[in-house]
Amino acid sequence: MEPLTPFSAIAGGLLIGSAAALFLLLTGRIAGISGMTAIASGVGSGGTPRSQAAAFLLGLPIGSAIVALFVRQPEIDVTSSLPLLIIAGLLVGFGTRLGNGCTSGHGVCGVARLSPRSIAATAMFMASAVATVFLARHVIGG
Amino acid sequence: MGRILPGLIVGLIFGAGLALSDMVNPARVLAFLDLAGAWDPTLMFVMGAAILPAAIAQLIRRRLRSPLLEDRFSVPESRRLDRELMLGAALFGIGWGLVGFCPGPASAGLVLGAWQPWVFVAAMLAGMSVHSFALSRITR
Repeated sequence: MEPLTPFSAIAGGLLIGSAAALFLLLTGRIAGISGMTAIASGVGSGGTPRSQAAAFLLGLPIGSAIVALFVRQPEIDVTSSLPLLIIAGLLVGFGTRLGNGCTSGHGVCGVARLSPRSIAATAMFMASAVATVFLARHVIGG
Repeated sequence: MGRILPGLIVGLIFGAGLALSDMVNPARVLAFLDLAGAWDPTLMFVMGAAILPAAIAQLIRRRLRSPLLEDRFSVPESRRLDRELMLGAALFGIGWGLVGFCPGPASAGLVLGAWQPWVFVAAMLAGMSVHSFALSRITR
């Protein structure tokens, strides 16, 4: 995997954060993707109207397709097996509902507004993800 | 249309950021999480850069009586750290660390030619359904 230029990382991050900023100032709500996925799919309910959550989620692949067509084509390198993908998806779906958020709602929006819940959740999912990768790559898979 | 268009445009900007910063690539995410391997700092730059405008928006928010398109701000006010929050975050982190996908990047990655995001998103929706089913059983 080629190292990414810091420009792309920072420009991409600024776009993500600007989207979250716009969403707050326009709609008054947190741009949390797991929450909006639950609302759009009818699994959960919340502050964002269903049509708006669905439109936001539709925008995600459109935005990435525009970048892929005109700026850079990102690769998706996945070495995980099908069963592992399913287990991971189940854990992410269940965990983000139980914990009320994911990398966007807690990690970006929540940390930016210094929410104690989001800071604690972000520290927890970072730590558990780091521990999982360590176990998978250096203990079990090593 | 009044709510759909802003949702679509903001989602589009968010998705463009995820693709530009390579967060749609699970290998890039796992390389950040693998502190004992060939560590890749990209995710740290992305998150740091994302928090900056989001924090500025918080400062602007204090000067606004309401958001531009709605009557009031609806941001969670709870400060309580409970077991659900910490257990949920821990489970999410395990799933994230297993393959390197989280909800936003997996959704943005649906159209980039790989099949894996489709499987992951389907399983994620199933996991959310399991949660709402379990919740309805407990609270009934």
